[in-house]
Amino acid sequence: MSRGWRTLKLSIKSLLLHPLRSALTVLGIFIGVAGVIWLLSIGEGIGRAAEEQIAGLGARNIIVRTIKPSADEVQDAGYGLTRDDYIRLLATVPTIDKAIPIREVSREFRNGTRKFEGRCVGCTPDYAEVTRLEPRQGRFLTDGDLINQSNYCVLAAETADRLFPFGDPIGQKIMVDDHFFVVVGVTKSRAPSAGIGGSVAAEDFSRDVYIPITTMETRMGDMEVVMKPGQFQRDLKELSQITIQVKDRDLVLPTVDVVRDTIARNHTLADYGVTVPLELLQQAQTTRLMFMLFLGLIAAVSLVVGGIGIMNIMLATVTERTREIGIRRALGAKRRDITQQFLAEAVVLSVVGGLLGIVGGLLCRPISILIRGRLLEWFPEQMATLPEVVRTVEPMMVSWSIPLAFAISVIVGVTFGVYPAIRAAQLDPIEALRHE
Amino acid sequence: MTAVATLAASIRELRKDYVLSGETVHALRGVSFDVPEGDYISIMGPSGSGKSTLLNLLGCLDRPTAGSFLLGGEDVAKMNDDQLSETRAKRIGFVFQSYNLLPALTVVENIEMPLYYGGRIDAGTRDRCVELANLVGLGNRLDHRPSQLSGGQQQRVAIARSLVNDPRFMLADEPTGNLDSVMTAEILDLLASLNAEGRTIILVTHENEVAARTARTIVLRDGHILTDERR
Repeated sequence: MSRGWRTLKLSIKSLLLHPLRSALTVLGIFIGVAGVIWLLSIGEGIGRAAEEQIAGLGARNIIVRTIKPSADEVQDAGYGLTRDDYIRLLATVPTIDKAIPIREVSREFRNGTRKFEGRCVGCTPDYAEVTRLEPRQGRFLTDGDLINQSNYCVLAAETADRLFPFGDPIGQKIMVDDHFFVVVGVTKSRAPSAGIGGSVAAEDFSRDVYIPITTMETRMGDMEVVMKPGQFQRDLKELSQITIQVKDRDLVLPTVDVVRDTIARNHTLADYGVTVPLELLQQAQTTRLMFMLFLGLIAAVSLVVGGIGIMNIMLATVTERTREIGIRRALGAKRRDITQQFLAEAVVLSVVGGLLGIVGGLLCRPISILIRGRLLEWFPEQMATLPEVVRTVEPMMVSWSIPLAFAISVIVGVTFGVYPAIRAAQLDPIEALRHE
Repeated sequence: MTAVATLAASIRELRKDYVLSGETVHALRGVSFDVPEGDYISIMGPSGSGKSTLLNLLGCLDRPTAGSFLLGGEDVAKMNDDQLSETRAKRIGFVFQSYNLLPALTVVENIEMPLYYGGRIDAGTRDRCVELANLVGLGNRLDHRPSQLSGGQQQRVAIARSLVNDPRFMLADEPTGNLDSVMTAEILDLLASLNAEGRTIILVTHENEVAARTARTIVLRDGHILTDERR
């Protein structure tokens, strides 16, 4: 038996003499360590979710979107992005890899007597790639469709299922306004993209019909007439959005400036907005770092409290075991031996607390999901008022949080164990022996 | 015992002062005597005479204020704390009035403890501890805790523990102070047999019957040696 092993065994034995006291001390460290891991995991989960939303819009993308100015500014003239803007951007900005003109309008789609309200999107073939739509059946739009202004359409998953509940939609026709469109493909359903601020709103890709933008222009024109009771509104705009994909991530920020200049030259109204997911991503990362730092601080405080618990209990132990220390000293224990013994006890407490804390930390994800499930079941109304992030966050284990938490627990044990251990060793053996 | 016998210990002009709430207490005021190898000495004296102080010094639990204490040729007065600890662990067997066993440990573990600090634990350790337990008549109580033993049995465990390092120099602080006459006799028999093996024993007592069993009695008073008589 090596010396270290014996010291360890001895300390475990002493700690087991007071199981409740040891357990409570361990609990202090457990809460601290589990807290570090939980807070870091939840912070990471929220941060990741935000980043994924932003990255979903494409880190290489620049989104220029039409914003409707106030009614008296528009009058009857058109507003928003124009086809000329699109052509100018493509022609003058060399760092642009792809640019997609998009026009979105609300329409009723019909298949015989079946009707379905949805969004009709005029776009180019690149739209599928940039918005990450994948074909479930058939194909997406092609350059040929665009050039020929074909009456072809691609249905989003839900649109397809609602218009063609039985049988294969491919090759069938749907009616939009007075025009027939032949279905050439159906896309897989895709997670809705969240609104991330700026001019980019949340998009739900399930109720769409995609047609070539050239076809939209010739068949539907640029004018939308909205009739509501007591209101007759005309809406003249050429494009809803231009999504630009830049050749390289590093080129995004310089390109943004050029894009802003290019568009600003031809717009007197503030009828468009530029959103840069990369900028938002960088902001989100900074915010996340601050957030994690803050959470880390809270966890650190709880660890210090746990450490003080260790110190408290060790000091009490030293007083209580003065006679034992005296006996050991009288029988030949050096000061060093006594220090080691008490330090070992403090470290064992903190390491056990640390290991349990890591286990508790690993359970963060299942437990928080379980709790959230219960809460949603029991208090649906109250839960509905909470922010989306709180309701949907999935804690992500941060790999470095485990060694960090463990190291901290050991450091806490040593730091807060040293003083009581030294006090124990400084006791005078004769005095200690007399102690009752 | 002859004058040419080698000395187990030699005490010269040993002084010990304490400062108690600002006042200096002279516990020992110059004590000198020699302890030949294999001697059996009892130290007597009224309380406050300095006998406990002397025993603490002899047991290397404390250092004298002045004077010298040679233990097997080494001056204990000049040792540092670690060397004192090592001397206690390896060369001195100490028996206390109140046994001073650790309540959490079994008989064997208690006996084993000094080895733990002498750094001499090996495969034969347990056998040796069992052997010592047998020697003091507790072979059938190996895994008992001190609280399960009588006072006499506890003192025998303490004696076994003091023997585990095979010390030549044994100290006992009123080893029979808490025991009845039957157990006292048992313990004194045990000590006598250890002395017969050649071990030097010094014990502190205030009972004349106990002192009568030793070969030599030193009486202290007010920090001085009053008498030093060999029987």
